[in-house]
Amino acid sequence: MHHTTTGEKILRGVLITLALVFFLFPIFWILLMSFQTNAQILRIPPSLFFEPTLINYTSLITGELQTAAGSLKLEFMHNLWNSVILSTGSVLISLLLGVPAAYAFARYKFRFSEDIAFTLLSFKFAPPLLVLLPLTLYFQAIGLANTYIGLIWVYQLITLPLILWIVRGYFEDISPDIEHAYRIAGHSWAKTFMKISIPLARPGIAAAGLLSFIFAWNNFVFALVLASADKQPVTVGALAFVTASGIQYGQIAAAVVISITPTLALALFAQRYLVEGLSLGAVKG
Amino acid sequence: MTAAVSLTDVNKVYAAKAKNPIYAVRDFSIEIKAGEIIALLGSSGCGKTSTLRMIAGFEEVTKGAIRIGEKTIHTLPPARRGVAMAFEGYSLYPPLTLRENIAFALKSEKLGSAETNRRVEEIAKLLELTKHLDRYPSTVSAGQQQRASLGRALVRKADLYLLDEPMGQLEPQLRAILRGRLKRYLREHGLTAILVTHDQTEANALADRIAVMEGGFLQQFASPAELKAAPANLFVGTFIGEPPMNVYEVAPAIANGRVSFRAQGEELFGYEPGALSDTVMAQLAKQKSVVVGVRPADVVMKPLNGGSGATAEVVSNQWIGDQTHLESAFGDGVIVATLESRFPARTGEKLSIEVPPEKLHVFSTEGPALAHGSRLAEQGAT
Repeated sequence: MHHTTTGEKILRGVLITLALVFFLFPIFWILLMSFQTNAQILRIPPSLFFEPTLINYTSLITGELQTAAGSLKLEFMHNLWNSVILSTGSVLISLLLGVPAAYAFARYKFRFSEDIAFTLLSFKFAPPLLVLLPLTLYFQAIGLANTYIGLIWVYQLITLPLILWIVRGYFEDISPDIEHAYRIAGHSWAKTFMKISIPLARPGIAAAGLLSFIFAWNNFVFALVLASADKQPVTVGALAFVTASGIQYGQIAAAVVISITPTLALALFAQRYLVEGLSLGAVKG
Repeated sequence: MTAAVSLTDVNKVYAAKAKNPIYAVRDFSIEIKAGEIIALLGSSGCGKTSTLRMIAGFEEVTKGAIRIGEKTIHTLPPARRGVAMAFEGYSLYPPLTLRENIAFALKSEKLGSAETNRRVEEIAKLLELTKHLDRYPSTVSAGQQQRASLGRALVRKADLYLLDEPMGQLEPQLRAILRGRLKRYLREHGLTAILVTHDQTEANALADRIAVMEGGFLQQFASPAELKAAPANLFVGTFIGEPPMNVYEVAPAIANGRVSFRAQGEELFGYEPGALSDTVMAQLAKQKSVVVGVRPADVVMKPLNGGSGATAEVVSNQWIGDQTHLESAFGDGVIVATLESRFPARTGEKLSIEVPPEKLHVFSTEGPALAHGSRLAEQGAT
């Protein structure tokens, strides 16, 4: 059995601290910025000590941004709502389509099954800009431009392959005989899928859903091109803080804090599922 | 009430349209009587599990038909076949306790909780599982999981019970106890069962008849005693029995009614006129070369001066607790003999080897049996 020496323990502690500082410092700094005015943020030298203000948050929530050049209207809360609709809608549809598809790819070997699965995955490799121009033209022609449905459809390029591949790996890890045992006891295929397969793959489905929600939430390019102001999510809406009178760092920081809160909360809440899902699913080594 | 089962010309081909299709089961036909316990016995990859899974409905039948009673089942979904199955890999549902796993199988029977509990407890007692019923699969041993899987199959009422290596993970002592209990349970309830195993002891102990399989083909379907006494071919002869049958390729020479089986000029076995029947002698007269087989238990070893057989030189002499295993150099190879008592022979000692004529098995060099003792084998007779 391997015994850890004190030196190794200290080294491990230092490395963990360094990693934590590296990853958490930007979040910490943005959190501090969100409670400062633009003047406090831009002072030289910067300081950790300041008088906190909630003005950034109130202006985001009320939709009134006071700048040196005057008052500006903000759509941040609406953008936030758009992000919720687009990300939730995309993930739900991807789960509805992707989980049965993942099951089919895991359990049945049909002609071209691997090619189809890989083609779906390849959507993740393709640069979004490649498809944006034709998509914009098509969407305008069929009336889907600047609609939630249109955007959710395009978001499937982000969410569906992820769900399909993670959940597929998860289904592959479940012994088919567990399902067989239920089927032979007098239950249909559909009932077995709902009562046995899905509950057993729940950690994988949760992890895949969570990851794809984060990816959908963070998407910028699709919404930038395909949506006008009233359908834009927070990622695109944040551009409004680049104003004629300068960049509103305080509001940007507050917007970042508000917009990462749902995904951060989800990630912390479902951390166990995320680790389990990714270690057992398709992402495993 | 369980029913008779028949498999008629059943074939299973994987990748049938590929360049090199894999024939897992070929032209497999057997008739199983209601209440009969049969075993599918063979080495890995012989097609026994594929056969079982076709009956269960987890594999499609490429060609052929499977019937339970009057019902043709091979086109039905597993749920409607009326079969129960114990899986080799246990396949218990992880979030449920062993009790819930066993009771889960009864859900479709829509029994009350009291009756469900009674049946679960009865099966648990049979399988020595009562103490572990409220534990989860991940917290019990492989043997306990396997017994729970067996319990989940037995607790149901089905026309046919499929048991895939149901005792592979059990300790030898428990295995011996449960074998007896399982057989008694199946008998008392008049259940028809198909057992898949690679363990001859298990097949011999549990099954009324054994179907020996190899390369996807049924080699022989007979009672354990018949398999041992009259193997249909060389494969069955050497596969059944532990230690395996001694086999030698020899040339039969008949002169003045005496038959001599010779290998490279040396007589290995010789029989005086009348020792083998005329029909067997006539069959041997047609053969240039045959394979003779002798079961280790049928070899008679005598001191050199007291015997009239060929000479063998002792290579090893082991007492394994309940019998002697004696290995001797014989002809070009070796001969293994088993004896019920200790045999005082030292390494290097020369002994006389004899095999009673009624214990000699003769096979054609292609494999089919020609004769067992004085009896012509079925293939030999045709």
